[in-house]
Amino acid sequence: MDFSYTEEQQMLLDTTRRLIAERCGFETRQRNRQSPEGYSREAWQSFAEIGLLALNVPEADGGMGGGPIETMLVCNAIGEGLLLEPYLSSAVIATQAIARLGSPAQRARWLPQLADGSLIAVLAHDEAGTHHQPMNVLASATRSADGWRLQGRKTLVHHAAAAGLILVSARIAGGAGDELGVFAIAAGSTGLGLQHCATVDSQRAADIELDALIVPDSARLGGDARASLQATLDHALAALCADAFGALGRILAATIEYSRSRVQFGVPIGSFQALQHRMADMLMQVEQARSMSYLAASACDDPDPARRSALLSAAKALIGQAARFVGQQAVQLHGGMGMTDELPVSHYFKRLLAFELRMGSTDLHLERYRRGLIG
Amino acid sequence: MDLNYSLQDQQFRDEVRRFLFDALPADTRQRMRDGDDSRIKDDIQRWQGILHRHGWAAPAWPVEFGGTGWSKAQQFIFDTECALADAPPQLAFGIKMIGPVLIRYGTAAQQQRFLPGILSGADWWCQGYSEPGSGSDLASLKMQAVRDGDHYVLNGQKIWNTLGQFADWIFCLVRTDSSGKPQRGISFLLIDMKSPGITVRPTRLLDGTHEVNEIWFDDVRVPVDQLIGEEHNGWTYAKFLLGHERTNIAGIGASKRSLQRLKEEAAGIDKDGSPLLADVLFGTRVAQVEIDLMALEITNMRVIFADAEKRAPGPEASILKIRGTEIAQRLSELRIEAFGASALCFEGESRIARLDGAASRPSPASNASADYLNLRKLSIFGGSNEIQRNIIAQMILGL
Repeated sequence: MDFSYTEEQQMLLDTTRRLIAERCGFETRQRNRQSPEGYSREAWQSFAEIGLLALNVPEADGGMGGGPIETMLVCNAIGEGLLLEPYLSSAVIATQAIARLGSPAQRARWLPQLADGSLIAVLAHDEAGTHHQPMNVLASATRSADGWRLQGRKTLVHHAAAAGLILVSARIAGGAGDELGVFAIAAGSTGLGLQHCATVDSQRAADIELDALIVPDSARLGGDARASLQATLDHALAALCADAFGALGRILAATIEYSRSRVQFGVPIGSFQALQHRMADMLMQVEQARSMSYLAASACDDPDPARRSALLSAAKALIGQAARFVGQQAVQLHGGMGMTDELPVSHYFKRLLAFELRMGSTDLHLERYRRGLIG
Repeated sequence: MDLNYSLQDQQFRDEVRRFLFDALPADTRQRMRDGDDSRIKDDIQRWQGILHRHGWAAPAWPVEFGGTGWSKAQQFIFDTECALADAPPQLAFGIKMIGPVLIRYGTAAQQQRFLPGILSGADWWCQGYSEPGSGSDLASLKMQAVRDGDHYVLNGQKIWNTLGQFADWIFCLVRTDSSGKPQRGISFLLIDMKSPGITVRPTRLLDGTHEVNEIWFDDVRVPVDQLIGEEHNGWTYAKFLLGHERTNIAGIGASKRSLQRLKEEAAGIDKDGSPLLADVLFGTRVAQVEIDLMALEITNMRVIFADAEKRAPGPEASILKIRGTEIAQRLSELRIEAFGASALCFEGESRIARLDGAASRPSPASNASADYLNLRKLSIFGGSNEIQRNIIAQMILGL
């Protein structure tokens, strides 16, 4: 066992933190979230310049070939910085999907563009029915004379509007029943409809309508995508856990700091035992969440799928519970100031809420873990 | 970062498992499994003797004093495997408390006199810290020690003394000076339990057990060569003792064992034609505590590894203590939930009532309520969980 980071890993974490502090500070974020794009292209480009967008590109494809621990560190810093840029969507999820599923030609075409920041890609997988069964995809792909005809609806695809390339999962009609395919669609294609929305944590998302959308054969990535999609979603979940842990650390630090400076009854409110014990409880939950974020990252590559799924569900459930408790208590201890849009605390609170709701709720993962108890 | 044990640690774990399989006496193992403490002194001493002959008497002591030289990870593995195998606990007062104090602060003569008996288990040690007016505020303790030639003369009372009814020796905090700050003027004494003037009275607990005592000291004479370190400086040694040997403060092994057993039992209890473990509500509670324990084990390992350089864990141990005891208590709650009304029939009370023909062997259900009652102590002793939160607030959060 070893809980230390290598020198390179520590450097990666420090560099990411520094970049976010310089380019994506809270004031900048407050401006960016008021624009329709909802993020800064320039900041994105600066991510590319120091190689962060190449982190999940395999070395063989010219990337950094980072693993789950490296992704965890970057996403940890991203959560700390309340980042609005589409790192998880494009640089982790879509990049990994293409790296896993793409042909050599597809990888050669897209991965360098993803790494240099000129292309943003997203994976459109979630549907109304995938919340409880991640592979319960109803969108369909039917063979046509020109390739494939895609039909269906995808929900809450993060950063879809920013993407030049949308990867859509679809059930192969007339195939082996549960075969899934992934298809790459260029933004603006005929038959592709986007219904935009902003999420509770100031991110951009869209519901996507696929209406008789025709793509050529060359748009399909790989064969049956089920296992690769699952692996990609597992890595994404671990990355999301790291993001949440980053937010947890910062919201606790902000609360401690506030309780030291806020004076009532002639003393800092942090001197009151009722508040001290609350913050001790918050700290314990944050430390437990950190442990589970480590576990999630190290479980990503567990060869046993049942075990991998159980450990990731355990992590999502525990960190979700920490997010609920620590988030609520942070707002509570900030008093009225916790209710304002002005301080970061409410934004961390909302990021943690989004964590709870994304990629399966706390209860859903607790239930999934419970089913594993009885084999 | 690597959350897996090294090959070396895995081999060590296998070695410990093999040893436990071969060396732990079956009758002792069965009694531990049943929660049967009728021969607890023999069981603990016999097991300590076996460990001693194997060279494993004192996992955390330096090798030159008869310790093992194990890393903290190995000590953790050893504690965990012992718990999983239903081995008796090592008597903490000797091996984990007074032993390290003697090694750090004792004279050579004191070390030669006391360490062998601690290692072999021949000497049974107990602790005299708390007094009726001094619990969480331990430094307010009042038991008097007055110097009289080559002796101290002791008068006063200690409470919550664990298993002192078996003890050969007690280490005590006593007041030798009350003029300054309460922490100043406390001395640390080793006292022969056979000394004239010592009276041990059992304090019967809510589960019917005799686990703790109150001890009265009435003009008890203690030779000055049984003082640890300097007179009036006992608080330093007491703090060292409390801060020492906390690799196992979370009780991960014991909770893993309880969880294992809870799942086995719940799989065998029928609820409407299905195993209770398959029940959604009950199963979710089990899942929750299993997840919390999983996280705590990693948190525990993080503290151990971050700590590898230092001798004693810092205030992070308070996190382990609070969460570990909460989990152990929740597991005991789930067990009584599992047994339901069957847990009402209580062996401890039947014994007190001297009922003719009452079940003489503890049943798992009766054992479940005994455990539940007994384990309430976990969040109270060793610095209550509220005191631990004070420590976290002050030492970690800087409030």
